[in-house]
Amino acid sequence: MANATLVHEEIIAPRTPKSLLGAKFAVLGVIWLSSALILRGNSTLPLDRSSLTSVHTWLSGLSSAIDRNRNSNPFFVNTIDKIRSSINTFVNLLQDAISQGTATRSVPQIGWLGVVAIIGLVVALWASIRVAILAVAGFITLGLLGLWQESMDTLALTLAAVVLSLLIGIPFGVLAGLFPKFEKLITPVLDFAQVMPTFVYLTPVTLFFLIGPASATIVTLIYSIPPALRITAVAIREVPWSTVEASISMGSTRWQALRKVQLPQAKRTIVVGINQTIMAALSMVTIAALIDAPGLGRVVVQALETLNVGRSFQAGLAIVIMAVVLDRSTTAAAAKVQIATSHKKPVSRRVTRSTKWLGLAITLVAIYLSNVYLWASQFPGAGLLGIKVAAIADSATGWIQLHLVTVTNGLTNIFSYGLINPIQSVLVDAPWYTTAAALVLTGYLLKGTRLAAVVAICIAILLVSGLWSDSMVTLAATLVAALITVVLGIAVGTWVGRSMRVDRILRPILDAGQVMPAFVYLVPFLGLFGATRFTAIMAAVVYASPAAIKLVADGIRSVPESITEAAISAGSNTWQLITKVQLPSARRAIALAINQGLIYVLAMVVVGGLVGAGGLGYLVVAGFAQENLKGKGLAAGVAIVMLGIMIDRITQAVADRRDVHAKTIR
Amino acid sequence: MNSEIDPTISVHGLWKVYGPNPEKIVGSADAFLPRAELREKTGCTVAVRDVSFDVSDGEVFVVMGLSGSGKSTLVRCLTRLVEPTAGEVWLEGEDIRAASTQRLRELRRSRFSMVFQHFGLLPHRRVTDNVAYGLEINGMSKSARYERAMEVISLVGLEGNENNYPSELSGGMQQRVGLARALASDPDVMFFDEPFSALDPLIRRDMQQEVIRLHHEVKKTMVFITHDLAEALKLGDRIAIMRDGALVQVGTPEELVATPADDYVANFVRDFPKSHILTLRWIARDPTSGEDLGGPILAPTVIVRDAARQILEAGRPVRVMDGERLLGVVTADEILSVIAGPHHG
Amino acid sequence: MVSKGAKRRGPLLLLIVVTSLVLAACGGTKVGSSNSAAPTTSTSAKACGTFNLAVNPWVGYEADAAVVAYIAQTKLGCTVVKKNLSEEISWQGFSTGEVDAVLENWGHADLVKKYITDQKVAQDAGPSGNKGVIGWYVPPFLAAAHPDIVDSKNLNKYANLFKTSESGGKGAFLDGDPSYVTNDEALMKNLKLNFKVVYTGSEAALITAFRNGQTQKKPVIGYFYEPQWFLSEVALKHVALPAYTAGCDTDPKKVACDYPPYELNKVVSVKFATSGSPAWNLVKNFSWTNDDQNLVAKYIAQDKMTDDQAAKKWVDANPDKVKAWMAG
Repeated sequence: MANATLVHEEIIAPRTPKSLLGAKFAVLGVIWLSSALILRGNSTLPLDRSSLTSVHTWLSGLSSAIDRNRNSNPFFVNTIDKIRSSINTFVNLLQDAISQGTATRSVPQIGWLGVVAIIGLVVALWASIRVAILAVAGFITLGLLGLWQESMDTLALTLAAVVLSLLIGIPFGVLAGLFPKFEKLITPVLDFAQVMPTFVYLTPVTLFFLIGPASATIVTLIYSIPPALRITAVAIREVPWSTVEASISMGSTRWQALRKVQLPQAKRTIVVGINQTIMAALSMVTIAALIDAPGLGRVVVQALETLNVGRSFQAGLAIVIMAVVLDRSTTAAAAKVQIATSHKKPVSRRVTRSTKWLGLAITLVAIYLSNVYLWASQFPGAGLLGIKVAAIADSATGWIQLHLVTVTNGLTNIFSYGLINPIQSVLVDAPWYTTAAALVLTGYLLKGTRLAAVVAICIAILLVSGLWSDSMVTLAATLVAALITVVLGIAVGTWVGRSMRVDRILRPILDAGQVMPAFVYLVPFLGLFGATRFTAIMAAVVYASPAAIKLVADGIRSVPESITEAAISAGSNTWQLITKVQLPSARRAIALAINQGLIYVLAMVVVGGLVGAGGLGYLVVAGFAQENLKGKGLAAGVAIVMLGIMIDRITQAVADRRDVHAKTIR
Repeated sequence: MNSEIDPTISVHGLWKVYGPNPEKIVGSADAFLPRAELREKTGCTVAVRDVSFDVSDGEVFVVMGLSGSGKSTLVRCLTRLVEPTAGEVWLEGEDIRAASTQRLRELRRSRFSMVFQHFGLLPHRRVTDNVAYGLEINGMSKSARYERAMEVISLVGLEGNENNYPSELSGGMQQRVGLARALASDPDVMFFDEPFSALDPLIRRDMQQEVIRLHHEVKKTMVFITHDLAEALKLGDRIAIMRDGALVQVGTPEELVATPADDYVANFVRDFPKSHILTLRWIARDPTSGEDLGGPILAPTVIVRDAARQILEAGRPVRVMDGERLLGVVTADEILSVIAGPHHG
Repeated sequence: MVSKGAKRRGPLLLLIVVTSLVLAACGGTKVGSSNSAAPTTSTSAKACGTFNLAVNPWVGYEADAAVVAYIAQTKLGCTVVKKNLSEEISWQGFSTGEVDAVLENWGHADLVKKYITDQKVAQDAGPSGNKGVIGWYVPPFLAAAHPDIVDSKNLNKYANLFKTSESGGKGAFLDGDPSYVTNDEALMKNLKLNFKVVYTGSEAALITAFRNGQTQKKPVIGYFYEPQWFLSEVALKHVALPAYTAGCDTDPKKVACDYPPYELNKVVSVKFATSGSPAWNLVKNFSWTNDDQNLVAKYIAQDKMTDDQAAKKWVDANPDKVKAWMAG
């Protein structure tokens, strides 16, 4: 029976062995570096801050033309404006309900008491009583911080964006899950939306949808639809095919199979997707403050103008609280969905029917009261907790700035002179063609002509944008930030991955780092590190390392116990266990962490432009602010996206290679 | 052919080829290349290769082969869960390959059903709702389908479990749900795709008994896929041995054991105790001249194992009689050569 | 398991709870029964309606907006909607009706051309009374230590003092918020100064740099402007460039002179100016000094007052000026 071959057996295409590839990259690196040094200063394509290329002028003209014609062009009048006004109506509806008064009424329809009651009831019914208590406490804290109305504005905008994201993301996600061809078609679009740093599309969106809630919602949608869509597609695809086949074998129509078999089983994962969508929307809604989105983000942006650390920290804390409440609630809801496939009781006590009625009754009364009585409508008190928090934050940053400044100055200098300057000068002073050739070759060595072509196209667009030199400045800062992120990610991620206790302590901090808008810590960082590239790099590291740490930790944790057991029984010590077993087994996760680290870092490039990193980020900000630099700003946005796609594709290719390698040795 | 009336299932020249331009492979010289060579040359894999057979009403037809032999693809082609590349499939006189999507759905809802290796139960539905699923999608009212579901649930011995979720049942119990679900629509033909291979050996034996019992009670035509020879021999009225997508031999268990078509089949049946399968018909020899023909009489359908003691104790040749006709005689020599293997020489 | 009784008890329970809680809660102030944030006089509220005020991202502007909004809200009964926008976006708001008024405009010839001359959606509403000065500044400790540093001719002598990790061997010259049009790169070249322009990227970064420079006695030089609240915290010293003469900055590549003094003005949408809103009258008459603005800006930025608190403090102390703004 030796020749009973398997149908499913894949022939793994022969690939260059890893060591050989490593040697090739080493040679490539040496050639690039030496040619860059020999030819330094030639063909570096510099461009003055205020100089414009014809492409920039053309882009400026284009945006002016859009601006001029938007009141007469039928496309704008019939389509864009319709979309804009309906989104505005929707957002205003939510704002009237919970955050803003109207012309005839000075306060929203539902005051704080009603909102707190609704949150408590909804979370109790869909998640658990324990999380409901957390949610109620969290929302009351928002009021105590003195930021009730701002928080509700943020909540209203987030809700609007989430509802629209799900309305679009879930149906398309189902389609993508059902039809691999459709998924292939939209994957690049989703990649693009997720790789593109959020700041980059603020300007173009306002060009079409003007400032206001509609633009704020749409920029949020660009960011929050991809997770909804992707996770729904995964949810549909991971439904065991055996159940779908069984259903078809009994004569189900496609629609019946979807409705009765696939969707119910995908529900849990889709709820996870809703969680991701909410978090994405929340983080973007605060950034949308730059285009006049109301809410907590605006408080942060305003506080930045007066360097008011305390105030921005207040708002940052409110954002973190809201994120934690929304995250824990939806996570608990997802866990509850899973329970519905058996009779096992949920961890917390089941809510009995009479308790439900009682909850509903209390909620209705609370809504009524908050509609009618002032004490239940406007959050009482002057936000004393907020004042206290602000005072603590102020004095803490004051103390740190006073006492740590010599350390941080030294750190800034070590990194700037030791790492950033050398890397930047090599990249900026190298002739463009050597760097371009090295990048294209890297792509070719990793994945053949297709990746090489993608890299070449990105480089071509970079050249057309006329911002090669600025792109290299940004690339240098990005690489340094990514390096720090990855080192932190592996070190802390290993620590977290090996100990649940460390995980429990660090995870809230990591969560906070991910949702806290960067503006909150820009001012203290400016105080500590000055207006330098290193400040921008540190801001990027704070933003990017939580994701990297979590990925590495999950990777370490997913190493099968049998492997670690075998290594321990073979007499490995802890260090050997980590370096020889756990990290190598988690290499896929680490490669992914590098990829995500780079993308997150790049997303902060524009923020970096605000604190002295220069480069493309500064140009985007300048283009946003100055009429005559508008085209250049747009070009800088495009250049950032091109850098992002290149970095993403190349690191993905590295990750895939590692995967293949791991498979073949297994 | 086992019966004079039209067979319930009739398959002619069925092909299933995966890969680019699969139609081009069918009938070409390439089609009979070894699989690896074919894939190298054309990128295609032949899963089912020119298969033909008939199954008559009420018969249990077993397709047996190793993993990758194409047997699961074959059974899916019969109901077009997998679209065949070429060939004909007739079910109760109806051309399945010509059926419209609509008609195919009707057939699946009423005429045939399938039991799967991995059960394919819906985790979010209780046992009753899993069993009633086929009736539900066919638009049967809730009370009617629950009533029918309870009937089949008790038929497969699941009473008392109707309100459980599948994850709360053992593997064997889960497959009983699968059985009940397949029975619920009262189909004419049932297809089984390795239904018991995921179960423990003891439970597997129980379930095989269950299928035999059900077959006696409901008398469905069954097509049963397995990789387990013992299971095939136990359940099958006839067995088809499959290898690399093609049928190597089709026959009754005795035919396979007694006259394997080639080394491949012989290899399969070699380690199986023949005395459990073979009947006296297969070992009876012509009496030699002067042999004592007054011994006891046994029917040719008696299995060797059951006759062994009597023949060994008879002390003289036992006559194998089909009615009045003498088919041959059997002595201790023949019995021993079946049980202990033939003399070599 | 829930009994059938519980099912029936539900609505009853609900009714009891609702009535008891409603009864218990009676006696609180009702929404709308007394003035919360709503205007006192309903007649003027009708006359004014909604007043969309752009707030550009610097504190001086915020001070202007705070006072104007406070008066419009409390004295004229307007519903004031403050919109936090960059300058360019604010002007864009004139064409869409999102913005009624900009209170402190720094020149912006390009925007004037686009929205006043070409699109005719905005119009000049007169000077705000503030005099804008743009130029180069150093912290006071540095001017005290090196008195001649306040003349650009002597700057090369001190270039080494300003070297940082960002300036590539030259002296670092800090530029600020990207909204401002600067000639600094051209000035370095044309005045042959051994400095490199380093873009801090925001006003916050610039102020932090000056503040740390003064407290840590670290030499800093950069682009700054008045009126600005920070000058009331650290009195930066102006560095003189070759004097401004009309037209000396027409060619941005050849400019070698100081920035022009700005007469800051107000801009409103044409629609707003013709609406007859009392807020338009207020905006038209609004005019105050740099000291006025710096004071209110200091209330906001340093004393951490809210906009309304700061405005109220100033308005209460300056009834005459306010009265003049509200006159006919």
